[in-house]
Amino acid sequence: MKHKCEICGKPATIHLTEMISGQQLEKHFCEDCASSEGITIKANLPISQLLEDFVLQAADMDDDVEIHTPAESKCAACGLTFGQFKEGALLGCSNDYDAFEDELTPIIARNHSGKIRHIGKVPHSADQKLEKHNRIIRLRAELNNAVQIENYERAAQLRDEIKEIEQLNEIH
Amino acid sequence: MKFTDLTKRTSQWLRGIGPMHDIVVSSRVRFARNITGVPFVSKATKEQAESITTRMQEVIEEAKLFDDMLYVDVASLGKLQRRLLIERHLISRQHSIASNPRSVAISGDETASIMVNEEDHLRIQVIRPGMQLHEAFEEINRIDDEISQHVEYAFSPKLGYLTACPTNVGTGLRVSAMLHLPGLKLTGELDKTLRAARDMRMAIRGIYGEGSEAMGDFFQISNQVTLGVSEQQIVDEFINIIIPEILTYERAARDVLLRNHMNEVDDKIYRALAILQSARKMCSEEAMFLLSMIRLGVNVRKLNSISLKDLNEIFLSIQPAHLQRLNESANTKDKRQQERAKYLREKFADVS
Repeated sequence: MKHKCEICGKPATIHLTEMISGQQLEKHFCEDCASSEGITIKANLPISQLLEDFVLQAADMDDDVEIHTPAESKCAACGLTFGQFKEGALLGCSNDYDAFEDELTPIIARNHSGKIRHIGKVPHSADQKLEKHNRIIRLRAELNNAVQIENYERAAQLRDEIKEIEQLNEIH
Repeated sequence: MKFTDLTKRTSQWLRGIGPMHDIVVSSRVRFARNITGVPFVSKATKEQAESITTRMQEVIEEAKLFDDMLYVDVASLGKLQRRLLIERHLISRQHSIASNPRSVAISGDETASIMVNEEDHLRIQVIRPGMQLHEAFEEINRIDDEISQHVEYAFSPKLGYLTACPTNVGTGLRVSAMLHLPGLKLTGELDKTLRAARDMRMAIRGIYGEGSEAMGDFFQISNQVTLGVSEQQIVDEFINIIIPEILTYERAARDVLLRNHMNEVDDKIYRALAILQSARKMCSEEAMFLLSMIRLGVNVRKLNSISLKDLNEIFLSIQPAHLQRLNESANTKDKRQQERAKYLREKFADVS
């Protein structure tokens, strides 16, 4: 998904995830605005200054703000965090397998004698189904984003679209 | 079929006996399946969970999956009725105590059941007496194929069938056999055998599956690896390697007992019989232990006036909810223990 700089509207290259009272919030800036806002430093500075600036900045940086590393990975579709799963919860939806792929792969390998690829049965309509399934997952994530940035018009649109696909699936 | 029909008779599969029944009590297979586009059970809303139970009832009826099917709204059942279903291996403990909208479809002969909204949207199981894993697998495949014509499963080409717990991902297939291993227990070789099975990535559980204790030398052995192997490979490993190996050990142990320790074995069998014929109070653990000895006695041809089929029925009837079904006043632990002892005295009165 292409984001625009929240300040000047140019394509954003810096993506920030903040945790505010448990809510995950994404912010997007272009390099110039990020630099002038003190979020990042320009990449063409000498390496020594880069490091110095980074250390200085990190020292007075708000604890809640992390650059490029979200406090905890969270599934955009069902809201489950990997921490909750580790504490003994079950997965919340099939998108979790994608959302936590890096974390789950070693766990899956350990459970299944090092195997990480299915070689068994495939349901009849697997291809078409997979397409539809992935689309719902994508739309759900988009809907989540729309709600977060308070774009309710877009959210309503997405909600209807999801409903339509799910009705085709005759479940819901 | 009505719910009350269930409580009037023994599970039909228990009325029959299958191949290798001297050791293999039953064979069971289950598939874990989820429906695509709907969150898994733990994250599904009440409405989503309800729509799945309603939709599955339609699918199972439309597809005419079972003759004489019973579709039960588990959430609306009382504790006793749910307990009856657990004792008949038709639902799990987890399914019984959950609080979400959930149901179970049961085939007329009780050899197949589909739990809806257990840990996964669907838990399909087929159970057969004796060693009939191949037959059970054929049947579950038929049911699974039929359902997949009506609903779309959560499936990824890489990880296969997607399940709420990654331990089931891939085939979603759990194959298990209920084994009676008194010979290995008496010769002290049980731990060694079970350890060897665990080394082959098998799980060993008690008779009511996950979290249940082994009682009366009955063990449920099942595969743990569900990914990176085909369904047929999992079943074949059981049929060709795991089960024959354990059977060989158990038969060898029984031979040793009969050859070298005949008196001790006789003593154990007839003591068990004597207690069953005269006790006035009995808990289910003790009953299972004694019945295990009787089952060994029947298999080594010591006791002739009772059959394995009779024993199957007795095993089911002495479970708490079934006892209470026989006698409604058996609603406390103490009364159930008296009722159990009375029932067993009657059943074993003429056995020698």
